Amino acid sequence: MGKAPLLEMKSIKKDFFGNQVLTDINLTLNEGEVIGLCGENGAGKSTLMKILFGADSIRETGGFGGDIILNGEKVSFQSPFDAIAAGIGMVHQEFSLIPGFTATENILLNRESKKKSVLSQLFSDRMDTLDRKDMDTRADEAIQKMGVNIDKNMLTSNMPVGHKQFTEIARELSKEQLKLLILDEPTAVLTEKEAEALLDSIRGMSKRGIAVIFITHRLGEILSVCDRVITMRDGYVVNESATKDTSVADITKWMVGRDVAGSDANHVTEDLGADKKIVMSIRKLWVDMPGETVRNVNLDVREGEILGIGGLAGQGKLGIPNGVMGLYQAGGTVTFEGNDIPLNNPRKCLDSSFAFVSEDRRGVGLLLDESLEWNISFPAMQIQDKFLKKYLGGMIKWRDDSAIKAVTDKYIDELKIKCTSSTQKAKELSGGNQQKVCLAKAFALEPKLLFVSEPTRGIDVGAKSLVLDALKKFNKEKGVTIVMVSSELEELRRTCDRIAIVSGGKVAGILPAGEQLEKFGELMLQNC
Amino acid sequence: MSKNSLGDYLRRFSVPLMFLLICAVCAPISGLSPSYLANEIVTRMGRNAFLILSLLIPIMAGMGLNFSMTLGAMAGEIGLILVCDWQIVGIPGMVLAMIISIPISALLGLFCGKVLNMAKGREMITSYIISFFINGIYQLVVLYLMGPVIPIKHGTIKLPRGYGVRNTVSLLSMRQKLDNLIPLTIAGVKIPVATFIIVFLLCLVIIWFRKTKLGQDMRAVGQDMEVARDAGIDVERTRIISMVLSTVFAGIGMIIYLQNMGNIATYSSHSQIGMFCIAALLVGGASVDKASIGNVFLGIILFHTMFIVAPKAGTVITGDSMIGEYFRVFVSYAVITVALIMYETNKRKNKSKESQQLALSQEEEVNG
Repeated sequence: MGKAPLLEMKSIKKDFFGNQVLTDINLTLNEGEVIGLCGENGAGKSTLMKILFGADSIRETGGFGGDIILNGEKVSFQSPFDAIAAGIGMVHQEFSLIPGFTATENILLNRESKKKSVLSQLFSDRMDTLDRKDMDTRADEAIQKMGVNIDKNMLTSNMPVGHKQFTEIARELSKEQLKLLILDEPTAVLTEKEAEALLDSIRGMSKRGIAVIFITHRLGEILSVCDRVITMRDGYVVNESATKDTSVADITKWMVGRDVAGSDANHVTEDLGADKKIVMSIRKLWVDMPGETVRNVNLDVREGEILGIGGLAGQGKLGIPNGVMGLYQAGGTVTFEGNDIPLNNPRKCLDSSFAFVSEDRRGVGLLLDESLEWNISFPAMQIQDKFLKKYLGGMIKWRDDSAIKAVTDKYIDELKIKCTSSTQKAKELSGGNQQKVCLAKAFALEPKLLFVSEPTRGIDVGAKSLVLDALKKFNKEKGVTIVMVSSELEELRRTCDRIAIVSGGKVAGILPAGEQLEKFGELMLQNC
Repeated sequence: MSKNSLGDYLRRFSVPLMFLLICAVCAPISGLSPSYLANEIVTRMGRNAFLILSLLIPIMAGMGLNFSMTLGAMAGEIGLILVCDWQIVGIPGMVLAMIISIPISALLGLFCGKVLNMAKGREMITSYIISFFINGIYQLVVLYLMGPVIPIKHGTIKLPRGYGVRNTVSLLSMRQKLDNLIPLTIAGVKIPVATFIIVFLLCLVIIWFRKTKLGQDMRAVGQDMEVARDAGIDVERTRIISMVLSTVFAGIGMIIYLQNMGNIATYSSHSQIGMFCIAALLVGGASVDKASIGNVFLGIILFHTMFIVAPKAGTVITGDSMIGEYFRVFVSYAVITVALIMYETNKRKNKSKESQQLALSQEEEVNG
C-alpha cells in the first residue's frame, strides 16, 4: 500500500436512546476503490452512511462514537455541507431534483456559473446573472465523466426515472472536489440496461481515482463492480472480503446469518394448512403507494391463519395492506368470503369486518390529542355503533361513557398498557404503549380479518414480545385471521404460519414459517 | 396524442376564452364606440399594469397569489397623503411619494414574509388575512395618528375635528401628470407614453430578474423547498425577499394608479385593489403556480373590457345600471374561486394519472 487510505472509520458506535444500532464498525477505503455494502434492513448501513455524511439526524440524536479520518486528518462534520466541501458526495434513494428544471439546472443547482452585473455590485452576488453557456459546458463535462448520455436540456419532470438517477449522479460528479461517492441503492429504479450503464460508469469513476461506496440489494452487481464487499447485520460488520473470493450464496448467508442450522430444529417446514378454507383472495392487485409500489400481486389468505408478509424495504410489502384497505390508490380484485370488496373505499373494508393497524402509528393510527378511551372506542363507535346509548328508536345516539371506560380498562389490563389512567392523552405514551393502543383499537372492532403493519417498528424488546403474543392470542382465541407485515423476518417466523415474501412489488413466493433462512433470503433478493 | 394536447390547450386557456366570449357578446350590445373602448383600455392598461406585474415574483417563488399586495398599496397611499400635505406637486411629488413608500413597503413585506414562512403551504389565505390586519393598523395611523403624531397641516386633507384624514384626498396637483408627461395621441386614442415606459422598464427588470441567481433560486424554492434547502439555498430568506420586492412594487404601482385616478379614497382605495389585480391576472390565463408577463397584459385587456362593456350592456338590457357594477364584483370573486379550484383539481388529476400508468404497465406485463 504505502499510501495512507482515503477514508478510515474507526470503531464507530451509535445508539438511538439506548438502542444500540452500530457496534464497533471499522472501515477503510483507498483512493479509487469500490466497496459494496450490503445487509438486511435495519442492519445499520444507512445509519453508517449518515454518520459519514454528517447528517442532522445523527447529531440531533446525540452524535456518535469513534473517529472518521479523511486523508489522514480527523474530521467532524457539522452538516452535510461540510461533508460535501471535504469531497464526499452522496446520492440518496429519494430524488433530490427540482421537477421544472432541466438536467443542466439540476446538476448545477445552487452552484450555477454567474456573470457579474451592475446590480450585484450594489446589492449582493445573488443579483449576478446566470452564465448559461458556461453552465452547459460544465453539465456536459459532468455527463461525460459519468459516461452515460442524458439530454441536458430535458425537463426533469419529463425524464424516465433512470435519467433522474443519472442526473443526480452527474450532479455529484460535477463537484470538482469529489473524492468519495456514496451510492445508496442507485440501481433499484433502473432497468437492466441502465443498471449496466451505471456499473460501467462506476468503473470509470474508480479509474479516475474516485472511491465509491455502493449500497445495493442486487448482489450480482456488487460482485461485478466492487473490489471488496462488506456485509453488515444487526449493527455489526459480520464479514469483509474481496469480491473475487465470494459468491452470492455466501453473501446471502452472511446477511440473514444467525445460526442457520441450529434454531430451526423445532420449526415445522411443511405446509400444514393446505386443506384450510381460503377466506380472502387477492388478484392482480396494484397499489400506487409512493416508495412501496405493488404490481400484480396474487395472494390467498386461509381462514384462521397468521400470514406474514416480509421483504426488504421499498419492495412493496407495505403497499399490500394499505392498498386493500383503501388508503392508497389501488386496482385489481379482492374477494372476502365470496364477496367482492371494492377498493379505494376504506369504509367498505371496515364494514366487511376488516381492521387495520397501520405502520404510521402517529399519523393514521392514533388521535394523538385525545384520551385512550376515545382512541380505543372511536372506530367501533363510528363503524359498528358500539358503545352508544340509543333513544327514540335510534334517532338520538349518546356516547355510553361507562361502557367505553370498561372496554378501555379491559385492554389496558390485558395488553399491560402503561398509562396514568384511561383518560390520558395518546401522545403522552411511549411508542410501545401507543402501539398497544392501536392494537386495542383494532381488537375492539372484533374484526374477522386483521391487517397488522410493522407492529414492532421502533418499540423496545419487552413491548415487542407482548405485542406479538397479544396477536397470537387474539388469533387463537377469537379465530381471527391475521395478515402481518414486518421487515423483521425473525419476528415473522416466530409469529406466523406462512410467510409470503414480496420482492419488486410482487409475491416472490410463500414459505412455511419454519423454512430455512437462506430460502427466505433468496426470495427477498429475487426481483429487486 | 394531438387530440389530447388540443384538449389540454383548451383547458389551460378556458378562463381567457370564456372572457373573450363575454366581451364579444357584450361589446356590441353596450353600443360603445370602438375608439371610446380603445381609449378606456389603454388608460386602464397604464393604470393597472404596474400593480399586476408586482404579483409575478411571489408566484415564481411558489407563494401563490399575493393577496397582501394591499400592504404595498397602503404604503403608497401614506406616501401620497404626506406629499399632498407638503404641497409638493407634479412629478417631483410622485417621486417623493414613492421614496417615502419604499421603506414602509419593505418593512411590511418583511413582516409579511416572516409570517408566511411560518405558514408554508397556506400562503394565500394567510396573506389575505394579513391584509385585513394591516388595514386595521393603517386606519389607526390615518384616522388617529395623522394630526397629533404625524403633522398634517393642510385643511383640505385634515378632518374638521382636527386630526385624521378626510375620506377623499384630492390629487389634482398631480393628476395624470405622469400619463401626460409625453403627450401622444394616435387615431384619437390618448397614449400615456411615460407610464408605459415605466411599465416596460419593470417588465425588463422582471425578465432580467428571472435570469439572475436570485431568480433561479426563487424558481427552485417555488418548486421544491426541501430540495432547494438540501442544495444549500436559504429558503426562508429567498421567500422573504420575494415578498419584499412584491410589496415595494405594489406600493409604486399604487402611486401610478392613483395619479391616474386623480384622488385617493383614503379608506377604500386599497381594499379591493388586490382582488381586482389578482382577478385580472387569472383572467389572463395565469394560475396559482405559473404566471407570465403575457398573462398580465392579456388579463388587463379582457378583464377591463368586460368592466367597461358589461355595465353598459346591463343597462341596455335591464335599464338598471347597478346590475353591471354587481356583475363585475361578482365575476372577480368567481374567477378567483374557479382558479383556486382548478389548481387543486389539476394537482389531484396528475396524481391519479400516475396510478393509471401503474395499472396500464401491469396490464402490459400480464398480457405480454
